Amino acid sequence: MSRIDDAGMPAPLLRVEGLTVDFLSDGDPVRAVDDVSFHVARGETLVILGESGSGKSVSTSTLMGLVDCPPGHIVSGRCLFDGQELARLDEDKRRALNGRRIAMIFQDPLASLNPVYTVGRQIEEVYRSHGEGDGDLRSRILDLMRRVGIPEPEQRIDHYPHQFSGGQRQRIMIAIAIALKPDILIADEPTTALDVSVQAQILDLLRDLQRETGMALIMITHDLEVAASMADRIIVMTGGKVVEAGPARDVFETPQHAYTRKLIAALPHGDAADAGHKRSRERANAVLLKVEGLGKDYVLSSGAFAGKSVFKAVEDVGFHLCKGETLGIVGESGSGKSSVARMLMRLNEPTSGKAIFAGQNIFDLKGKDLMAFRRRVQMVFQDPYGSMNPRMSVHSIISEPWQIHGDILPRARWRDRVVELLDLVGLKAEHEGRYIHQFSGGQRQRIAIARALASEPELIICDEAVSALDVSIQAQVIDLLADLRNRLGLSYIFITHDLPIVRHFADRILVMKQGRIVEENETTALFAAPIHDYTRTLLNAVPLPKWQTSKKIG
Amino acid sequence: MLRYLGRRASYSLISIIGLVTLVFFLTRLTGDPSALYLPLDASADARAQFARLNGLDQPAIVQFFTYLGNLAQLDFGQSLRQNRSAMEVALEAFPETLKLAFLAIALATSLAIVVGSLAAARPGSLFDRIASLVSLAGASAPDFWIAIVGILLFAVGFGLLPTSGTGSAAHWVLPIFVLTLRPFGLLVQVVRGTMLSALSAAYIKTARAKGMPRREIIFGHALRNSLLPIVTVAGDLATGLVNGAVVVESIFGWPGIGKLMIDSIIQRDFAVVQSTILVTAVAIFLLNIAIDLLYAFLDPRIRY
Repeated sequence: MSRIDDAGMPAPLLRVEGLTVDFLSDGDPVRAVDDVSFHVARGETLVILGESGSGKSVSTSTLMGLVDCPPGHIVSGRCLFDGQELARLDEDKRRALNGRRIAMIFQDPLASLNPVYTVGRQIEEVYRSHGEGDGDLRSRILDLMRRVGIPEPEQRIDHYPHQFSGGQRQRIMIAIAIALKPDILIADEPTTALDVSVQAQILDLLRDLQRETGMALIMITHDLEVAASMADRIIVMTGGKVVEAGPARDVFETPQHAYTRKLIAALPHGDAADAGHKRSRERANAVLLKVEGLGKDYVLSSGAFAGKSVFKAVEDVGFHLCKGETLGIVGESGSGKSSVARMLMRLNEPTSGKAIFAGQNIFDLKGKDLMAFRRRVQMVFQDPYGSMNPRMSVHSIISEPWQIHGDILPRARWRDRVVELLDLVGLKAEHEGRYIHQFSGGQRQRIAIARALASEPELIICDEAVSALDVSIQAQVIDLLADLRNRLGLSYIFITHDLPIVRHFADRILVMKQGRIVEENETTALFAAPIHDYTRTLLNAVPLPKWQTSKKIG
Repeated sequence: MLRYLGRRASYSLISIIGLVTLVFFLTRLTGDPSALYLPLDASADARAQFARLNGLDQPAIVQFFTYLGNLAQLDFGQSLRQNRSAMEVALEAFPETLKLAFLAIALATSLAIVVGSLAAARPGSLFDRIASLVSLAGASAPDFWIAIVGILLFAVGFGLLPTSGTGSAAHWVLPIFVLTLRPFGLLVQVVRGTMLSALSAAYIKTARAKGMPRREIIFGHALRNSLLPIVTVAGDLATGLVNGAVVVESIFGWPGIGKLMIDSIIQRDFAVVQSTILVTAVAIFLLNIAIDLLYAFLDPRIRY
């Protein structure tokens, strides 16, 4: 298959024309989707690319009648599926289509499965809802579970969602979606909540299933790499509008719209960008922090007759950090990277090991010394929505450290200093009196950084500090952190699951897996010649564009 | 599981012993029974003899250990007023309370689930607004007032229902109505709230994407997940009713444990007071275990 364009395709299975959806809030209606048109044919993959709030999910939820009216309201437009108008179906006709001819999988597979029913029952419901409850349903379900790659389905069929891993839950969701061989599968950010290595497996599964059944796939994502690896055609959405549409390769290689160009520029491009990196310019050789033999065991609460069991979350971790250096700690969920951060902050107590910070063992600090230490080490958390008190103004959030540590700044100077800090992180003085909910995700993370800077720390630990942000915002926040480091002489420990992000920011990288460090190297060297298998898996997990992979095949 | 039950039982035993101790000394603060049981002009000798007969001449602490010793042998003491085993008296009244409590809670819960679910299915609708108003009124109306107004209206005014006592089915109507009202009001609010959040959960979207019928989505998926908080609140309310609906039982002359408790406190019938409290404490302990087991049954993520 080479390039796909409209002329060469059969009549589209689904054609959306001029779809416009409003949401009625208390005040004026908000236009979530504005004059959006797209189409998809059998066997084709259409990717809808956009950042949060771009209206990409709303436009596909409308197709399945999942937008509640009210508050949603379809103002105009048509959604023609196989001759039927989807936007105005009665409930029975809608039910007959949903699950049978159009199916959907969602971002968060744990929340999307009902916690109190077995997965077998939840798959079974699809058959029953569409009058296929007769015959040997159990063996059909087992076949289906086998097909989506659930090992030992005979036992697993009677398990509950919480007993599966994230990737397996998404496989179960896929099983539910493909049970009745739908014509269209809509995948709404299907891999966003998953680890990179699992992401690759799920994308492979979707591609295989599409090849087998010839279904059309509409994939919604904010991830450019995922988009490139899956798409035949792409539409790019921002602010509820389609700003660019076309064959995937064209959109990626010769983007027309300014927004698309900005998105693609934000993508960390391997070697080309290595020259323009944001690593430390000067690094002192003075060691700021030295960690040795750090370990954390969790005693698992035992069942009725089981013995005590110990889970080693962190095992024998050792590293050092120089002044002015940025150390990246990379690993997937459950690798122990956040546990390390929390122990260094003394939020959790370690089971073993020591960490020497400026001559003192962090884990021995008490009382006054601990308070003094807390001043010198600050943290920026992943979720800027949850890590700041919504009832506190920006001023009180940033000035809180001064209230706690009385000796930093006299109260008379607080106002000026808050304004200074806001300016430092690229916000305005007038933001001082506002509340957190009035800011975007990227702005919130800037406020979190300003709060961290308020106590004039030497070390900032960033725990997935940009993971919750849109791609274009991620780059801005990283730039800010790099700039602050160079101006203020800060050191960073930057924890992330996303290897490409740290590539141009970290000086050295530690790769963690199952609580242990498996590889440690200078960033350039690590990317050029990864030694450990796991590091290689992580590097290869970044998906390749479809036009490159399909060229290889034939 | 067995270990869990054992642990729960031993905790409960400790709190029951604490409760028994407290009640034992508190009842003795209510005054001297001989003042009630002997004629006003009884001689000092007669009083002393009465006290000796009933073991009331000993120091309180000695009486307490005698009581504990007897408890261990399942001897719960004699009722002063009825001159028979105090436990017998308590156990005779308790089923009357249980019947009332069970009926009221069952009625309140099932009605609240239907009304609350329907209200949550169409938030802001006329039905929802009426349900919210009625449930708020029910939850906030004082039961003694409702009981008295009920008697005035239906018993005294229209003469449709008996004012108090037991016997016919008609005797049940007013007490059950009064006891159901408050739990019903509270539960409608709980059901509506938890159903609203359950209906906006992601798995409901999945169910809709599967093409499931609306009724099954509401009752099969959303309600099933809402049951836990409903069980918590209903269990709490049930505990209150098992404890004896003291006010309602007294107003309607219902021969339950609440009325017995009040009567024997007024009559300084110490052994009966202690026995009624022991019976309700054990019943509440069993009820709580049943609720915990129900949790584990309802939510596969909860295992003991």
